[in-house]
This record gives sequence, structure tokens and C-alpha cells, in this order.
Amino acid sequence: MHIEQEESRRDFLILATSAVGLVGVGGAAWPFIRSMSPSADVLAQATTEVDLSAIQEGQMITVPWQGKPVFVLHRTAEQIAQAKNVTMSELRDPQDDKDRVRKPEWLVVLAICTHLGCVPQPIGTGEYGGFLCPCHGTHYDTSGRIRKGPAPKNLEAPPHEFKDDRTLIIGKVLA
Amino acid sequence: MFKSIMEWVDARLPISDLIKSQATEYPTPKNLNYWWNFGSLALFVLIIQLATGIFLVMHYKPDAALAFDSVEHIMRDVNWGWLLRYLHANGATFFFVVVYIHILRGMYYGSYRSPREILWWIGIIIFFLLMGTAFMGYVLPWGQMSYWGAAVITNLMSAVPLVGEDLVVWVWGGFAVGDPTLNRFFSLHYLLPFVVFGAVFVHLWALHAVHSNNPDGIDIDEHKDSLPFHPYFTVKDLYGVGVFLIIYCGFVFFAPNYFAEPDNYIEANPMQTPAHIVPEWYFLPFYAILRSIDFLGSFSKLAGVLAMVGAIAILFVLPWLDRSPARSFRYRPLSRQLFWLFIIDCFILGWVGYNPADATVFGGMPIVFVGRAATLVYFGYFFLLWLITAFDIEKPKPTPTSI
Ligand code: HEM
Ligand code: FES
Repeated sequence: MHIEQEESRRDFLILATSAVGLVGVGGAAWPFIRSMSPSADVLAQATTEVDLSAIQEGQMITVPWQGKPVFVLHRTAEQIAQAKNVTMSELRDPQDDKDRVRKPEWLVVLAICTHLGCVPQPIGTGEYGGFLCPCHGTHYDTSGRIRKGPAPKNLEAPPHEFKDDRTLIIGKVLA
Repeated sequence: MFKSIMEWVDARLPISDLIKSQATEYPTPKNLNYWWNFGSLALFVLIIQLATGIFLVMHYKPDAALAFDSVEHIMRDVNWGWLLRYLHANGATFFFVVVYIHILRGMYYGSYRSPREILWWIGIIIFFLLMGTAFMGYVLPWGQMSYWGAAVITNLMSAVPLVGEDLVVWVWGGFAVGDPTLNRFFSLHYLLPFVVFGAVFVHLWALHAVHSNNPDGIDIDEHKDSLPFHPYFTVKDLYGVGVFLIIYCGFVFFAPNYFAEPDNYIEANPMQTPAHIVPEWYFLPFYAILRSIDFLGSFSKLAGVLAMVGAIAILFVLPWLDRSPARSFRYRPLSRQLFWLFIIDCFILGWVGYNPADATVFGGMPIVFVGRAATLVYFGYFFLLWLITAFDIEKPKPTPTSI
């Protein structure tokens, strides 16, 4: 009887010590794990300024933002109409064009295919007047929405705003 | 002189005992055929990779701005640098050739069956580590294929529900594949081969606990049917090394870029994806499986990733799927036919993986249909092997009682 009691006391102590030890190891692992997350200087490249004056209607450029390519497209009236005249039920990831752009004539989207991250080809290469991803054949329309192919979602519209008529800021402006 | 030195050492560290019991006098089934050469060959290639890798590192720079140029520097300026790099790059290819044959040998002769399950598991773990090592090594030269291969494969992790997107950012150390990614891949590419080296010793430990299987797949009487490893199998393994070196050096010296992609001689450009991304040949069958699951809508991505990982992970349960009284397929006519079908299927998957996803074949049929059928056959192998052995559909021929 006495011995059994001793044993359960010992079991308890071993269990409790191991539990505390495990929490300690977990805590010590945290700095190692976090050291792999984006560092301060990477986070500091948060915004990109783009001069829009040189981009003619129908033209697009690719600019880097946080190391990622972003398409900035000056849409023509026809491309805007194409983006607007869509029945929502046809879309895999239904989203109105007006919820994706700040100004109808400027489409700003991450040029990163939502399938596996390739850069789609420029405007006019895809079936809906939009972008074709060469890797596994996804077609995005003139609003950057997924229309056909394996990708699950629309091209992401990064946070952006217009400082003035000719300057676009991509990213979250903090100040 | 040598003898007395060895006596002095052995009294303090019994090396001779270890060498005798684990190497020279290790009892080896006398009927092992040439398919049993590929284990020692794999170790040989691992040593080549370690040696060439350590010397490459003396000239390589793991920095997104310098990496590509440093590899060109190795190729053009470093004394014998071209040789080190070609040995290393082709070494990776031949590592997979050797390991694939080694695994298939085990699958044909039933080496995964009891009591060798743990030995088999460690082998699969080594295979996973090898794939990780090769994948990260391929990123180091920082060419277009390096970059976009890394982008596509790391993006697979975003398929993990809930935490996927954050997980990928953590793996990258940024918001896209970039300098932090290259640095950590370099660190891990240096580390993992040594982990593999350790795992190989556990693999051999397990092997020496249960001893080698043999082409007949039967338990043997070791007094009657085995030979000491040295000199009988040291000589045979060395002969295999010779044949291997002829083929390997043939590629290194006469076709060093045969397995390389021209696009990887263009420096990585995060703003532009090459028109056609292909993984290294050794990943092609699995890449094909990934891409053939494209009919589940927004669930496709996760399902594709699960199928791809599952294609290898299923090997873990193979010892319990196969319920035949005979180990070796020599005595199992139906299993043997399934096995060859499986091999042909792997080649078909490889061919599908090599082609662009939207390619059409046989006059207009999308290639993805071939991929889906081949994926079905791939997993079908494991299902059918279970079916014909669990329900005694296959009648094995009688196995011999000794060799
Ligand atoms: C399991 C063993 C290994 C495998 C399968 C492997 C595989 C690879 C591959 C596929 C490449 C790309 C080759 C190219 O196309 O240029 C590579 C590059 C590289 N590896 Fe390894 N490797 C292994 C071990 C090691 C070790 C142990 C080291 C260092 C200690 C190392 C250091 C390097 C370096 C510096 C490069 C970049 C230079 C280059 O591209 O040739 N590797 N490795
Ligand atoms: S990455 Fe664009 S379709 Fe797969």
C-alpha cells in the first residue's frame, strides 16, 4: 500500500516535470521559428510608388512591390466594359469589378497566379481579353478574375491608393 | 607492428570486432543478384555528393545578387570547378537512378515484408530527405528554373487549410521567393545530406538486426546458405561501382548538361516566369500526379498536393497491404504482372509531367486525361496488390525451402 502511494507520487512528479520541461523547450524553440519570418528590413519595403503619366491607355507595366510583381494596367473603355458586363454566377470567385479597382481605368493586381504562383503573361494573352498563366493554363479576365483553369481565386488586388492624378502608391500607407 | 598497434587500439576501442561482425563477416545470402548492388552504390553516390558539395561551398555565394555569378565563376575561373559542379549536378541525377532501382528491388523481392518494416520505413524517410535536399540544391544556382521551381513547389504549402498562406510567408522569409529563401535553402542543403548520412547508419543497423532478404524471399539457414560479406560481396559491390562510374563519368564528361534545363542558365527574374516550367526528371511522375487532380474546383489544389505526397507515403503501409504467404514476386505471377504495369505507368506519368499542362495528344485529347488514368493505375497497384493477396486470388507457386 505504502509502496503504491510512493509510485503514484513519483509518477506525478515525473509527469509534471516533463510537462514543464516540454513547455520550456517549446518556449526556447519560438525564437528559432520566428527568426525565419520576414525580418524588419523586408517588412520595411512595404510601399512602392509608381509614376502613371507614361502609361498610355491599353498599356501595362510590371512593378515590384515587396519583391512581388504587380501589374498596373491602364484599361481602355472596351476592357472596362468587358470587366463590368459579367454575370456573377459565371464566376468561380464572384467579385464585382468595382470592388477590385479604385478607379475604373486603372487595374492594379498582384501578378501572382493563385494556383501555384507563376507570373501570368501580359494583357490580351488570355481567352477573356485578360491574362494567361503559362504554367498550368489559367485564364484571368480584364479585371484579373479567374475564368478558366486550375486556379482557385482571382488575382489579388493589393492595397493601393492614388496620391494624385499621376502617382500610384501600392501598399498600406501608414503615416 | 600493425598487429600490435591494432591490439592496443582494440583494448580501448574494439574497432576490429565491429568491422568483423558488421562488415567483413556479416552473413550474406549466397544467391544475391546484381539488384542488391544498389544499396552500396547509393552510399557511394552520397559520398560523392558530400565531397563535391563541400568543395563547391568554398566558392559558392548564397546571396540572391551573387549566387548566379558565383556558379558561373565556379564553371569558368575556379580550377577544376567545372568538374566539381558537373560531378555534383549529375551526381544528384544518378542518386535518384540508383535509389529508384534500390526501392523497386525491394518492392519486387518483398524486402519490405516482416521483419523488415522498420528498415523499409527508414528507407522511405531517406527518400523524402533526398528529395528535399535535391530540391533545395537545385535552387542554389539561382537560374530561372531554380527560381520558378522553388516558387511553384513552396506555393504548394499554401494549400494547407487555414494557416497555408502564413506558412508560405514563413518558409520564404518574405513575400515572395527571395534572398532570405536562398539563404535558408543553402543552410538546409548543407545540413540534410548529413542527416541522410546518419539515417543511412540507422538503416544499416536495422538491416544488420534482421539480415538481408534474398531473391527467393525466404528465410535462410545462415550456416548453409550464407557467405561472409568480405571478400565475396566487397568484390561484387566494387565491380558494380566500376560499371556505375563508367556510365556516370560518361555523362559528366560527354553530356554534362543532358539532364539540365537551358532556362537555368538565365539568371532568376522574379518578374517573369519562363513559358514552360519543368521540374527535374526525378520529380516528374509526382508532378504529373499533382497536376492530374484538377477536377475538384477550389479543392483541387489541396487534393493534388495530398495525392502527390500520398504517392510516396503509401509506401509506409505497403508491408501491411501485401498479405501473400510468399515474399518474392518470383513465386507470384499476378503480382509480377502488376509490378511491370506499375513500372510502365511510372514512365507514362513522367512523360505526362514533362509535357505542358494544356498539351494535347493523340489528335486532340487533353494530356491531363492520360495523367488522370495513370494516377489511377499508380494507386491501383497498391489496391490490387492488397486485393489479390488478402483474398487469395493469387495462388503463389511453392517457394523453395533453402537456396
Ligand atoms: C544528398 C546529397 C546531395 C544532393 C542530392 C545534392 C543535389 C544538388 C543539386 C541538384 C544541385 C544543383 C546543381 C546544379 O544544377 O547546378 C546542388 C547544388 C549545390 N550543392 Fe548539393 N546535393 C547534395 C549534397 C550537398 C552537400 C553535402 C553540399 C555541401 C556541403 C552541397 C553543396 C551544394 C552547392 C554549394 C551547390 C551550388 C553549386 C551548384 O549549383 O553546382 N550539396 N546540389
Ligand atoms: S501557377 Fe498559374 S496556372 Fe498554375
